[in-house]
Amino acid sequence: MIPLPEKSVCITGAAQSEVARPSQRSALQLTADACLAAIADAGLSVAEIDGIATYPGKSAEGGGIAPVSPSEAAEVLGITPRWILASSEGFSHMAPIFNAVTAIACGLARHVVVFRTVAQASARRQARASTLLSGGRDRVEGNNAWTVPFGAVSPVNTFALYAQAYFDRYGANEAQLGAIAVTSRAHAALNPAAIYREPITLDDYLASRVVSSPLRLYDCDAHVDGATALVLSHRDAAADLRNPPLHVEAMGMAVGGLWTGRHEGDFTSLPAAHRAGEMLWSRTDLTPDRIDCAQIYDGFSIFVWLWLEALGLVPSGEACRFTEGGSRIGLGGELPLNTGGGQLSAGRLHGYGHIHEACVQLWQRGGKRQVAGARNAIVSNGGYGYGAMLLRRD
Amino acid sequence: MAPKLPRLEPDTAFFWTSGADGRLRIQHCADCGQWQHPPLPRCASCGSETVSPEPVSGRGRIASYTVNREAWLPDMAVPFVFAAVELAEQAGLYVFTNLKAPIEEARRGLPVTVAFEQQDDVWLPMFRPEAS
Repeated sequence: MIPLPEKSVCITGAAQSEVARPSQRSALQLTADACLAAIADAGLSVAEIDGIATYPGKSAEGGGIAPVSPSEAAEVLGITPRWILASSEGFSHMAPIFNAVTAIACGLARHVVVFRTVAQASARRQARASTLLSGGRDRVEGNNAWTVPFGAVSPVNTFALYAQAYFDRYGANEAQLGAIAVTSRAHAALNPAAIYREPITLDDYLASRVVSSPLRLYDCDAHVDGATALVLSHRDAAADLRNPPLHVEAMGMAVGGLWTGRHEGDFTSLPAAHRAGEMLWSRTDLTPDRIDCAQIYDGFSIFVWLWLEALGLVPSGEACRFTEGGSRIGLGGELPLNTGGGQLSAGRLHGYGHIHEACVQLWQRGGKRQVAGARNAIVSNGGYGYGAMLLRRD
Repeated sequence: MAPKLPRLEPDTAFFWTSGADGRLRIQHCADCGQWQHPPLPRCASCGSETVSPEPVSGRGRIASYTVNREAWLPDMAVPFVFAAVELAEQAGLYVFTNLKAPIEEARRGLPVTVAFEQQDDVWLPMFRPEAS
C-alpha cells in the first residue's frame, strides 16, 4: 500500500506580510515580505527552497484576486525552483498545499514555499463596481451567466440562499448566526494584525444593514491587501529546523458543482465539503473530540455552520445552536473558532489567514488569544471547492 | 433590466431563447430520462449523448430565496428577490431567477410558474407565484 503522502510532510515556517486596507506596498512586495519571513521563520536560507506554489496564479482579472504568479515570486525571492505550480481550480485555496505535499512526498522537492497574495483593497479603490461588472457592456458567460442576469452579482447572493434555506429547515435565527461575527471580532481584538479590532455586540450586528437577506454586512468578509506564506518540508528535513514541525496529519479535498452553476442537495449543506471531511477523517486516528481549535472558512458567516457540519465537528442541523451565544466557540470554549478573527475581522486572506492562525496556535505564539496547550488544529478552506487539513504538533 | 445579459453559447443558447414561444425548455436525456441543468454535451447520469432541450411545465417551488438590498450598480433597483426554483419535473432540478412578486411573499416552498421577460435576443425566465 502506498503510504499517505501527508505523513511525510510538515509545516516548518509561516508568516504574513502587512495586512492593510489598502497597503502602500505592491502585491509583489507583499509576496516577498511574507515568503522571506516564512523562510526565515523555518530557519532556512532562500537557497534551500526548491519548490514554490500558489493559488490561483496570475490572471488578467483586475480585481486583485490573482495579482502574482509563482514565477514572478521565484524571481523576486532569488530562487531557482525545481518544482513550481499555480493551481486555479479544484479543491480551492488548499490545492497548491496538497500538491506541494505530494511533490515533497515524491521527492520532487524538499522545502516548498506556498503563498497566497491578495490585493483586493487596492483594486476596490480603483474601481468601486464589482469586478464582475467591470469592463463595459459585455455579456456574462460560464457560471456567472446563471446568476448575474438576475441581479445576483456577488457570491453573497448565492450563499444567502444557503443561509435562508438553513434558517428555514432548522429553525435557525439571526442571533445564532450573528454570534459568529461577534465572537470573531472579540478574537480579532486580541490579534494585533487584524483589520477590524473594535468589539461589536449582538445588537450592533442586528442593527447592521442587510446586504442579501438574511446576510448582513457583518456576515461578509473584508477585502484586504496582504500575503501569507508557508514553508512545507519533508519530515526528514524538518526535525533540525527552528520550529517544532507541524505534521500534516490528514488532508481532505473535494470539488462540487458550484463552479459550473450546479447545486447538490437542498441548499442546507455543502455535500462536497462533507466529502472532504469524510476523506480527512479516513486518514487519521485522531477524532473530532481531540481538536483544540478550528480555523473555519468564513468568507461569509454561513460557511462556518456548513463547514462545522461538513467536518463532523457538529451534527447536521446543530451548528446554529452550537454557535449561539458564542461561549462554545470562544477562546475558553469547547471548540475555539477562528481565533485570529477569521476573514470577517482579520481580512480576506483567502483561507491562508486560517492556516497561518492554526500555525500560530500550535507554535503557542497567540499571545492574548492563545488557546492553552493547543496540539491539534483543523483548518477548512473554500466555498466553491473544498479543502480541509488537520495539523498536529508532537 | 438585467444588469448584464448572458452570452448565447452553443450549449446554453436554447435555454435563453426558449421563451420566444412562451415555453421553458430544460435539457433531457432520451436514454435515462434524467433532466439536467445547466446543460452539458452529454448526460452526466448515464453518459448518453442523446440529450436535447425539451419543454417543461414551467412550474416549480421556491427552494430558497434572498432579498437583495445592495445596489451593485448605480441604476440597480432594490430590493428584489433572487431565488432558486426547484422545477416540478425532478427533485434537485434548480434554475435561478427573480421572483416577480412583493418581497414579503417570498418563502421556501412557494409554488411558482415561469413568466418570461424579453431583453434583446434573451428571454429571461422569471417566476411569479402560481395563481391560487
